[in-house]
Amino acid sequence: MLQEHARIVQFVAMAQEVSGRKKLQKMIYIAKKMDFPFAEKYELHMYGPYSEELTLRVEELCEMGFLSEQCTDKGSYVQYSYNVTEEGGRFLETADTPHAKLADCIERLNDKSSRFLELVSTVLYFDHLPKDEQIEKVHIVKNKLNYTEAEMADAFDFIADLQVCSVS
Amino acid sequence: MDYKNEKLFEEKVFKDPVHRYIHVRDKVIWDVIGTREFQRLRRIKQLGTTYLVFHGAEHTRFQHSLGVYEIVRRIIDDGFSGRAEWNDEERLLTMCAALLHDLGHGPFSHAFEKVFTLDHELFTQAILTGDTEVNAVLRRVSPDFPQKVADVIGKTYPDKLVVSLISSQIDADRMDYLQRDAYYTGVSYGHFDMERILRVMRPEEEQVVIKFSGMHAVEDYIMSRYQMYWQVYFHPVSRSAEVILMKILHRAKDLHNTGYAFRYDPVPFKPFFNRVIELEDYISLDENILMTYFQWWRKEDDAILSDLCNRFLDRQLFQYAEFEPATEYRKIGELERLFKEAGIDPEYYLVADSSSDLPYDFYRTGEENERVPIYLQMRNGELRELSRSSEIVEAISGKRRTDHKIYFPEDLLESGKDENPLYGKILELLKN
Repeated sequence: MLQEHARIVQFVAMAQEVSGRKKLQKMIYIAKKMDFPFAEKYELHMYGPYSEELTLRVEELCEMGFLSEQCTDKGSYVQYSYNVTEEGGRFLETADTPHAKLADCIERLNDKSSRFLELVSTVLYFDHLPKDEQIEKVHIVKNKLNYTEAEMADAFDFIADLQVCSVS
Repeated sequence: MDYKNEKLFEEKVFKDPVHRYIHVRDKVIWDVIGTREFQRLRRIKQLGTTYLVFHGAEHTRFQHSLGVYEIVRRIIDDGFSGRAEWNDEERLLTMCAALLHDLGHGPFSHAFEKVFTLDHELFTQAILTGDTEVNAVLRRVSPDFPQKVADVIGKTYPDKLVVSLISSQIDADRMDYLQRDAYYTGVSYGHFDMERILRVMRPEEEQVVIKFSGMHAVEDYIMSRYQMYWQVYFHPVSRSAEVILMKILHRAKDLHNTGYAFRYDPVPFKPFFNRVIELEDYISLDENILMTYFQWWRKEDDAILSDLCNRFLDRQLFQYAEFEPATEYRKIGELERLFKEAGIDPEYYLVADSSSDLPYDFYRTGEENERVPIYLQMRNGELRELSRSSEIVEAISGKRRTDHKIYFPEDLLESGKDENPLYGKILELLKN
């Protein structure tokens, strides 16, 4: 019980800090696509795959005092960063041990920008389609972001490399 | 005349308690309604286990789907048609997407999905594009038409205005389910002036907007939604029934996976237990089949499965207690330990559950948010986000309400506490 909450706290603890709500959403989606056991359900939204359930869980975890949320004014936008609190650390003592490959996966994801993870997660959202259709779909739903061919190629390379972290 | 534009010789009407009549003139719509996959929705209840609290809530996804179609038809034919921002070429596509948006829901929708980690939206896509009757009807319009319908429902269709009619913070789906669920549950919340909203909806490049003069009707709609969530959708007794339903499915799955010999072989469930699901397996399963198995499983030798089925069918539900995870998470561990010690499996008899809803959310440039807001069209043509004009909406914008509960078999603990002092200890801990 509360293991689904614990997995999110564990994820942030392993990342040490996640900067950006959007980034956290995309990191967990990508980890989920690598078959790590996150239960939150995703749908396609404005910035790619998005989970209302995850938003709720993170808000709950902040209210519970297990995660802390810092708000930074970046001029043209506001950024939220997440850390695990001391109480969150104690809560984690009740959690199951995470999969051995999760740390590597998180490190690779946390190194990337939010924009790039938005692209990667959107590509993965359409991974049931052939590659050309996948690219076409990304261009349709992300028409305002104007991803270049090089960025698209990087995204596919990144996904290929990430398979070493896959649980399946 | 080509199939896309073919009209029925005479208009067909469905009598409907919410919209009075649902009008069908298009042959494609009529043919889609007649398909096996659409008719299946008659056997999936719209509100799952809610009928165990509000006994009238036996209405189905079939009724709701027709209702969403009717709202979209009226928006297009009575409001958008002929306006420069609306492309009439999208009419049939939008109506088909409205009619078929819930096609992939399984029995008891979200509970079933959660236990078997399924996604009804993927099944909607699969039914639309697979070897199905509905696909055959849609393909007669054009070879790419089934995929276009799937794209609108999956929110990947290039025309965002079309998508927003089916899926946004003020869409035909919500407008139908709020009114329909209010009608069938018998509650007085959930009613709002839809006629007014339909009259003030305007097509814009990327979404539907509302004429400023319709702001109060939209306020009423948002408040209705808020009330319905807390009075009906998150009703704790209905949640208790859903908890038991999920535990029945979990137990059956666990028994299958450990080689238990069922007295009644759960043939229709095996693809889900084994996670090798063909489209036909999914389409064949409905709530009638689940309820039949629950009846049979009452007689299974496994005491947990049999007890849970009795509880669900005879409405002997779990009791609930308020729970504050932030300060009481250790209590869960303690309860689990006591349950085990008392010989009650906490995996099936102790459940922590949370409900939460955000009545309306908005996006302002510079914030990391994901919801497309409702825009008002001001008299000068400018678009303004709703909560900037409405004090009522501003008051509830972005405010999430969450409720945590623990569910447990109070009847079992009460009846056994004299013989087993641990039962009394558990009750004491749960009630404090």
